[in-house]
Amino acid sequence: MTEVLLSLKGLTKAYPGVVANDSVSFDIGIGEVHALLGENGAGKSTLVKMIYGLVKPDSGEMVLRGTPFAPGEPRQARADGIAMVFQHFSLFDALNVAENIALGMENPPKMRDLASRIRDVSETYGLPLDPYRTVGDLSAGERQRVEIIRCLLQDPKLLIMDEPTSVLTPQEVEILFQTLEKLRAEGTSILYISHKLEEIRTLCDHATILRLGKNVGECIPSETSASEMAELMVGTALTPPERGNRDFGALALDISGLSVPSPTAFGTALRNVHLTVRRGEILGIGGVAGNGQDELLSVLSGEVQTEADAVKLGTAPIGQLGPVARRALGLLTAPEERLGHAAAPDMSLTENAMLTGATREGLVKNGFLKWAAAKEFAERVIKDFDVRTPGPENAARSLSGGNLQKFVIGREVLQRPEVLVVNQPTWGVDASAAAAIRQSLLDLAAGGAAVICISQDLDELMEISDSFAALNEGRLSAPRPAVGLTVEEIGLMMGGAHGMEVAHV
Amino acid sequence: MIRLEKRPQPSRAWSLATPLLAVLATMIAGGLLFAALGKDPVEAIRTIFWEPLFGEFSFYYRPQLLVKGAPLVLIAIGLSLGFKAGIWNIGAEGQYIMGALFGAGVGLAFYPFEAWYIFPLMVIAGGFGGWIWAMIPAFLKVRFGTNEILVSLMLVYVAEQFLASMSLGLLKNPEGRGFPGSRNLQQYDSAHNAELIAGSGMHWGVVAALIAVIFAYVLLNRHMVGYHIRLTGEAPRAARFAGVNPTRLILFCLGTSGMLAGLAGMFEVSGPSGQVSIDFNVGYGFTAIIVAFLGRLHPVGILLAGGLMALTYIGGDIAQSNLQLPSAAIQVFQGMLLFFLLAFDLLTNFRISLGKPEVS
Repeated sequence: MTEVLLSLKGLTKAYPGVVANDSVSFDIGIGEVHALLGENGAGKSTLVKMIYGLVKPDSGEMVLRGTPFAPGEPRQARADGIAMVFQHFSLFDALNVAENIALGMENPPKMRDLASRIRDVSETYGLPLDPYRTVGDLSAGERQRVEIIRCLLQDPKLLIMDEPTSVLTPQEVEILFQTLEKLRAEGTSILYISHKLEEIRTLCDHATILRLGKNVGECIPSETSASEMAELMVGTALTPPERGNRDFGALALDISGLSVPSPTAFGTALRNVHLTVRRGEILGIGGVAGNGQDELLSVLSGEVQTEADAVKLGTAPIGQLGPVARRALGLLTAPEERLGHAAAPDMSLTENAMLTGATREGLVKNGFLKWAAAKEFAERVIKDFDVRTPGPENAARSLSGGNLQKFVIGREVLQRPEVLVVNQPTWGVDASAAAAIRQSLLDLAAGGAAVICISQDLDELMEISDSFAALNEGRLSAPRPAVGLTVEEIGLMMGGAHGMEVAHV
Repeated sequence: MIRLEKRPQPSRAWSLATPLLAVLATMIAGGLLFAALGKDPVEAIRTIFWEPLFGEFSFYYRPQLLVKGAPLVLIAIGLSLGFKAGIWNIGAEGQYIMGALFGAGVGLAFYPFEAWYIFPLMVIAGGFGGWIWAMIPAFLKVRFGTNEILVSLMLVYVAEQFLASMSLGLLKNPEGRGFPGSRNLQQYDSAHNAELIAGSGMHWGVVAALIAVIFAYVLLNRHMVGYHIRLTGEAPRAARFAGVNPTRLILFCLGTSGMLAGLAGMFEVSGPSGQVSIDFNVGYGFTAIIVAFLGRLHPVGILLAGGLMALTYIGGDIAQSNLQLPSAAIQVFQGMLLFFLLAFDLLTNFRISLGKPEVS
């Protein structure tokens, strides 16, 4: 290995009730792309926040180019050549690219000088970007470019990237990787956080794997198989979900020519969406976040009503029906946002079981609520879906994300839906819980229900879907059989590179 | 460094303890205020809290507690339903006036005819008057998206003008020698909301308030509508997802609170007050907002809070006459109660911890 840039020695950080990092040590070499691999909650974010000066370690030390390094705040870390691209962008929609970048600078130069520097940097690294475009009009991939260029203007020695590809199509990932390769060639080190194994195998020189806050192993990704890395990451060998051969039955859900204007200023309008799903079929819907996923779900759940004929359950028009009537007919949904949409944070699990279970589980009689029955139902969900909680009287917000997700999915699955629509069913959920949720969707389909799974996790969709379609700016591509689809084809369905070109220098 | 840490679950113990702490803190801060005014603080607090219940003239003050507490509880129960769902009816005072006008109007229309059904008709008219007045902001909100806070509040002033016009015009006592104000319903048996037990202060309004408490309790804890109200307040998006129809909920909450305020006004005009007069309304509709929050929007809490508020009213009056405390000081004292309640409320959802802040 080459010279060491940053060396972490025994970094430990504990929060009340949980040790986020337990004496983690590793080195990052100069010009090295170093992967930090781990499940949700493994402590990756805490670790990089310590490097970036957002969190102070309880013990342990960092050495940067041979001198002790203990940044008190991000400004200090930036001064020492460390830059970070966060998973969630911090950009103002109403300002243009250059203004956004100037906001993050200590001493912003004159706007015209800055604009020309942005042009220079963006062209050097193959990330063309017009400094005068308004950020609100940019795609997710282009916004990420803004963040990356903002970092590159500081001429960083170490660039930290937190799950950068979660908002990109495969084609956009390709462009990003070329940029990172170029940076590496110039001697910039990159700490690359991800849980996507294939990406890490193509890009990274070295990988450190975290599990439950501990460094459980290091490897050279290109020489290690994905399943070996997955085992290190999860701790046990994962059994991939079983998908038995299923016969598709009658048409279960039919959407034709559905167009819905955007409900809010920052939403996405649905444009001429067609889809059909049969009994026993799982339709996977991919797409980069913010391309109409939430809107599609709310049209299916009945929160947004349309013309009766636009949405049909079997042959019955249901577009004009509200959520309760649709549940009664067997169309159940589980939204992406767990707290505040799928569940009320301050209400108990029993009360949250009532939220969607009232109609189909017979929890109401003449308008009066049967709390005993609701509690029983909540207990059944908790038991069948292995929700870790002391009991159904606990508030929804006291559950971890993964556990609440299991509760939300379980609540719908146990109501024996005819059609189930889920949005991001395993987002922020640990691998074993995610596997359990996917298995339950497969079982549901095997039992004859139709399932629509909206997700940004392509691996997940490929694992469970029979057919695949993608949302792009509110339009849904024509569904195709999932078997045999290549990554390139999927990427094109998701909108390709969204018109982003690589500058060939 | 002191900082607040969010509790994983709202604390039940604290939610019961905070109203008591708030009363205690009000006593201390109020005592300081009275001391600053040159009065004996212990004596002043004792006068306000002790005198009405156990003092020398408590035989007179105790029935007054029911008379003052009943309209507060009745109105606050109605308001609490809307407040729980994030629907803010601030105009209960106006609905109270309209209920009184409708109720008294029906009664006076029958004068001097005596019949058993006159009083029930007045009750219905009173409820209707408050309901229809609350339906104005409700309709405007669901139809045009107007803000119910502003519309309901402004309608209070419209209602006050109505009241003045009625007591000087249509409902004026023809035998009143030109004085403003209607006939005295206390002297009209069929329309008189008399004490059910003489000397107890117990009139039909008190009964209605107790029924409203039970009704609200059952509604909120056992009925789908109450569940939807709570759900809407806690997570509006989840409520939409559960299938709550916001339009219907707005109409229900504003309508019910208007109806109960109207009933309160009707029971007041036909009972303790007796007549429609220019200064008939004394601010029950506004004080009920405090009562609703003091009772933590919980029916039983509101019952207790209504009693407490009535106590500070009566005790405040006594303190004014016995100790020459200015009435503004009493109002400040009552305001402190709400202030401390809201401040201590924080402890239900947060705990105070001493230590260094951290970024998680």
